[in-house]
Amino acid sequence: MSTGSPSERRLRKELMSLITTPTPGIRLDSDSISKNINEWIVEIDAAKGSLYEGQTFQLKFKFNDRYPFDSPSVTFIGQEIPEHSHIYSNGHICLSILSDDWTPALSVQTVCLSILSMLSSATKKERPPDDLIYTKTCSKDPKRTKWMYHDDTV
Amino acid sequence: MDSEDEIGIDSGNSSDDEDYDFMQVDEIQRQSGNAQDPVEYPFEVLTTEEIVKHMLDCIAEVNNVVEIPATTTRILLNHFRWDKEKLMERYYDGDQEALFKAAHVINPYVKPKRESKTFRCSMMEDCDICFLKYQYTNMTGLQCGHRFCKSCWVEYLTTKIMEEGLCKSIACAAHGCDILVDDVTVMSLLTEPRVKTKYQQLITNSFVECNRLLRWCPSADCSYAVKVQYVDARPVTCKCGHVFCFECGEQWHDPVQCRLLRKWIKKCDDDSETSNWIAANTKECPKCNVTIEKDGGCNHMVCKNQHCKHDFCWVCLGSWEPHGSSWYNCNRYDEDEARAARDAQEKLRSSLARYLHYYNRYMNHMQSLKFEHKLYSSVKLKMEEMQQHNMSWIEVQFLKKAVDILCQCRQTLMCTYVFAYYLKKNNQSMIFEDNQKDLESATEKLSEYLERDITSENLADIKQKVQDKYRYCEKRRKVLLDHVHEGYDKDWWEYVE
Repeated sequence: MSTGSPSERRLRKELMSLITTPTPGIRLDSDSISKNINEWIVEIDAAKGSLYEGQTFQLKFKFNDRYPFDSPSVTFIGQEIPEHSHIYSNGHICLSILSDDWTPALSVQTVCLSILSMLSSATKKERPPDDLIYTKTCSKDPKRTKWMYHDDTV
Repeated sequence: MDSEDEIGIDSGNSSDDEDYDFMQVDEIQRQSGNAQDPVEYPFEVLTTEEIVKHMLDCIAEVNNVVEIPATTTRILLNHFRWDKEKLMERYYDGDQEALFKAAHVINPYVKPKRESKTFRCSMMEDCDICFLKYQYTNMTGLQCGHRFCKSCWVEYLTTKIMEEGLCKSIACAAHGCDILVDDVTVMSLLTEPRVKTKYQQLITNSFVECNRLLRWCPSADCSYAVKVQYVDARPVTCKCGHVFCFECGEQWHDPVQCRLLRKWIKKCDDDSETSNWIAANTKECPKCNVTIEKDGGCNHMVCKNQHCKHDFCWVCLGSWEPHGSSWYNCNRYDEDEARAARDAQEKLRSSLARYLHYYNRYMNHMQSLKFEHKLYSSVKLKMEEMQQHNMSWIEVQFLKKAVDILCQCRQTLMCTYVFAYYLKKNNQSMIFEDNQKDLESATEKLSEYLERDITSENLADIKQKVQDKYRYCEKRRKVLLDHVHEGYDKDWWEYVE
């Protein structure tokens, strides 16, 4: 089972553990992986009691061959992009562990859990104040944005 | 003012004995050096190897007193920006546990909480990065207890060093753990020479940048650093020849002080081009002073400032109302209101004009200084040519000396315009301006002599003139600087800021 590059090996391991010991509220779209192991689509169910209760969102993970030493690129895709003060309407997420605070000990599962917890701590459904200007001017790849983290309460 | 008396005493008394001349010039220079720096300012120029040695000496010195591992000492010293005294003080006076926590290291006196794991020696461990199982001996970690396999560590450190350029602030790879990786661990794990070299460069660089008493020579492609005993705004000369101010790292800028120079450079960066354009193309609204660009032919202006919306005439800046339909006569031209508006405008304009006045002169000397550097090569040719006209090598050195002095004078003059821009007018500032004027005209003459063709016919004559002039320039430069320094000591200078 240990063929392929180190990043593929690790991805396959993560895949296995997501399938064999699934975490409630986190589901893998296995169709997406059958084509390309470097792009995953993961569905997450918003937690009970949160503002988004009952809603399901789709996250797209893109990994490069430096993964896990380089962070994955993670964005919301699909019809519904959660309305949250750290999530832009184009699906980009302002979350420190996705760039500056990324460490190779994090994984798809821990990233999903962090995003779910970010959604749960929201007290108001709203877009970031600079949504309009950001979405007009940003790069397609959120990893190329120099994020400023001014608020770590939500 | 005694400086006035010195004008002109030097011309025409040069000696025929060339050797004596050189001595005299050196003497003047030494004296001027001494007068500028009443107390000697000791500094050393260090090579990369010497920097590393100095760093190790610092660590050893602290370790002589504080008995902690050298690796921990290095992290602590980094935390205190290599201020040994501060570290010792905090170490003995404060809460040591808090100190270690703030510096992101584990207290070396506390036994690591690894006992629970030791019994697993013979067992396999999971690496949380590659998700593979390893023997205990193939896993490693810091005092914090987070362990990863060695190949993942290498990959992790390589990424941090090569891609993020981090050295002193690489933390443990576990999420949320801020314990820093020490240099010995890094060096023992890394194998690739390329990465090791880069890491050492980064360590040296951060040592120099953190250390108040060290500064890299700012000159391009120079790898020396200058070490001083105390920080001061003094000139230091690198082995590469570059002279800079130790305090701010800018080219030596006597007589203006670092603070004003910085302010000036920022001002120039911010608005030199913009203000030129503004002066040529805009006026300010006479009511709210907002800057207005006229982009159409109509002279009836309505201020776009939502809180103002003032109607006025572009030509006379008076209120539009009385212009009515017969505006082309501008029959209200001399009305008091319009005059007041123009006066106000004039005032704003004049502050811009004042800035541009100093800016243009400053830039002009900077530009000339660049040209003078080219002069060195043309002067070298002239010197060779003169040696073919029965002059000895030593006899032609005066030309190089003249260019040296010319450059020094330009550099000083450039900075005097920054000083003058911020200077409030008083009796002393007028003396300063006289000194500046005198030095400037002498410098221009010297520059002219040097650019003029030197032929075999006028050789003796031109040599005399050049020597007289550069001695005069040198003397005037010293007078100007001494006067400003005296002003600093006696609090003559007041600033407009």
